[in-house]
Amino acid sequence: MPPHPSPTATPRPDHSVDSAGGTEASAHGAKKRFLHDAREYVRDTDHRAFLRRALAGYYTTRDGQKARYRDWEHARDAANLAKWNAVNRLDEMLVRFADRFEAGGGKVHWARDAAEARTIILEIVRAAGAKAIIKSKCMTTEEIHLNDALEAEGYGVVESDLGEFIQQLRGEPPFHFVFPCMHVRRGEISKLFEEHLGSAPTESPEELTMIARRYMRRLYVEADVGITGANFLVAETGQISITENEGNARLTAALPRVHVALAGIEKCVERLDDLAVLLPMLATAGTGQPLTCYNTLYGGPRAEDECDGPREMHVVLLDNGRAAILADPEQRDSLQCIRCGACLNVCPIFKNVGGFTYGTTYQGPIGSVITPHLRGLGDWNHLSQASSLCGACTDACPVRIDIHHHLLHNRRNAVRAVPNRLERMGHRMFAAVAARPQLFAAGGAVFRRSLWLLKKLRLPLLRDWIASRDLPGAPARSFRDQWRHRASPAVARGRTDADGRLQ
Amino acid sequence: MNARDAILARVREALTVPGPGPHQRAGEMSGHGAAPHPQPLPLGNLPVLALEAARPWLPDGGATPAERLALLADNLGKLKAVFHRVPTIHAAQDLLFSIARERDWKRVAWHAHPLVEPILSGIPCATHRVDGAAAMTADPATYSSLRKDALEACDAGITGCDALIAQTGSVLVSSATCGGRSLSVLPPVHVVVATPEQIVATLADAFDALRERHGEALPSMLSFITGPSRTGDIERILVLGAHGPKELFVILVG
Repeated sequence: MPPHPSPTATPRPDHSVDSAGGTEASAHGAKKRFLHDAREYVRDTDHRAFLRRALAGYYTTRDGQKARYRDWEHARDAANLAKWNAVNRLDEMLVRFADRFEAGGGKVHWARDAAEARTIILEIVRAAGAKAIIKSKCMTTEEIHLNDALEAEGYGVVESDLGEFIQQLRGEPPFHFVFPCMHVRRGEISKLFEEHLGSAPTESPEELTMIARRYMRRLYVEADVGITGANFLVAETGQISITENEGNARLTAALPRVHVALAGIEKCVERLDDLAVLLPMLATAGTGQPLTCYNTLYGGPRAEDECDGPREMHVVLLDNGRAAILADPEQRDSLQCIRCGACLNVCPIFKNVGGFTYGTTYQGPIGSVITPHLRGLGDWNHLSQASSLCGACTDACPVRIDIHHHLLHNRRNAVRAVPNRLERMGHRMFAAVAARPQLFAAGGAVFRRSLWLLKKLRLPLLRDWIASRDLPGAPARSFRDQWRHRASPAVARGRTDADGRLQ
Repeated sequence: MNARDAILARVREALTVPGPGPHQRAGEMSGHGAAPHPQPLPLGNLPVLALEAARPWLPDGGATPAERLALLADNLGKLKAVFHRVPTIHAAQDLLFSIARERDWKRVAWHAHPLVEPILSGIPCATHRVDGAAAMTADPATYSSLRKDALEACDAGITGCDALIAQTGSVLVSSATCGGRSLSVLPPVHVVVATPEQIVATLADAFDALRERHGEALPSMLSFITGPSRTGDIERILVLGAHGPKELFVILVG
């Protein structure tokens, strides 16, 4: 494969704002960067073709798995019900989970925001006298920038998920929250491993995987603390559930002395049985598998009669803006997200602008819905414009979150918060003209004759629109005029055949 | 106010504003290419268990033991696991020993289990028992690294299981009944021995089997293993043996 010319848009650590306050990206900064990066990525047709190829296999396997469901659409209703039930009784679920988990010998910690979560985890790591920390994939740790905090305190931390490990070596955040390095080519990975691990160059994905496997094995054995996320918190049994394919989370929660899991408060489900629905659906929607390779439940540290496992287990429950989404009944259901990533995989915007352009922890349609809530609508509203409102995301969502309508709601809310005077004036003028047929006809006539001039003048308001779109020439006659003088008698009589075609 | 109370107060405050009910759109979708549904989803009286609502629509787990066995074998094959059915413990031994010779295993790890122990006896290589007396009573400060190293050096881990799930081709293991947490994931090969009675239809049935076996006191780890470890992180190309076992054998005895 020829070397890939990198887009000039540089992937960057996401510019997060803790719900507590501190801001790294100004309102216009985030939007400007989005527009700039989107333009660069869209221009890079090789990159887009590469992403499309990577996703083609996903579509095939996903469709194959969906076909094994006796009814996927009804199963989605049930998955929605399981998460709806837990989210709408979240206080009860959290208390039950915490009580049951602590009865199993683990410790629950509560964190209002990212800073509090970092402090809690640092304290656990310090108390354990940790020398080495191993981590399995967890987007919530990306959300709170845990690795930076651990490294600032002098702790070495290694990402064990292959994709996350590659991103860690590249110094980049994940490109996609399920497929972290789907934008990276094997040649680049080979060079990266050559440089950091001293391995021989290879074009074989299998050999590259084995290089990472060999490198990681000592680290599992030597690490004192293992950090994971959690896909579900089961209130009934006080267990966390972790979904993965590589076995790295299994090893991370088996070998180190201390296991810490960080989870958003919305991860609750009420019953163990709910997982009999959600685990297969998460796998089918996320990666097109019947079930991912390892789906593991942990109810606490090693029990007395067990021969291995950590001596301590901690679960850190993170709010960080989630209660604010809960408080908005219209968008409450976005907390039902199980982070399968299906909405990214089908999104025409994601496929064209790529994951880094969003500048958020959670990319794609669902990220565009929740990020403005987590970080302030003012700064991140441009993400709700990053949608064609085609609804592919909503159709793909295994728990039936109404994603594209939420993007529309965010647009409405943003306009309410900061009205655009010019836009409002424009709409009023159009309404006034459209309500008066003669004025409308006259206006249309003027517009048809002056369209070429508008294109040529490149007025500031139209410039961005025309830059990426072909504006067709104006017809000589108006639609109403054409309709009035339509020629075909069949059309006039409105006769159609059985298929609705004009006869 | 501590963080726990503060978060719970925010959540309760948020939930005082009523929100919409669960989505029930399956009926609306039937016009768009989906087959018409013979009966509506029984969601009339909430709360209904999500599982009860979903059960008829999830992938099939087989109605009879023969169907379940066939489905399990088929799914394991698709997952690139190796499935064998043998009539007796003696036949299982022959099979395991030939695998051991073929792969030139030097040492295999195992745990006390009514099937594992007899099948393993006489294997032509060294063995390492993970749940011996030393492991159970070792001092927490020193127990770890020596034992982890010993297990890491083994060529295979031989375990029993709690259930085999026809619907997904999964093997359910637990930390209490399958030699702890690492035996089934650290060695590069995992061999599972089981009996046909352990095959259940669906994940939900596996949860029932767990409750029946363990009651309220569930083991600290339960894991559904669905094929050998894998990754697609490099260009979405499937590679087996990412961090866990590269090979998974399921040997059904009887």
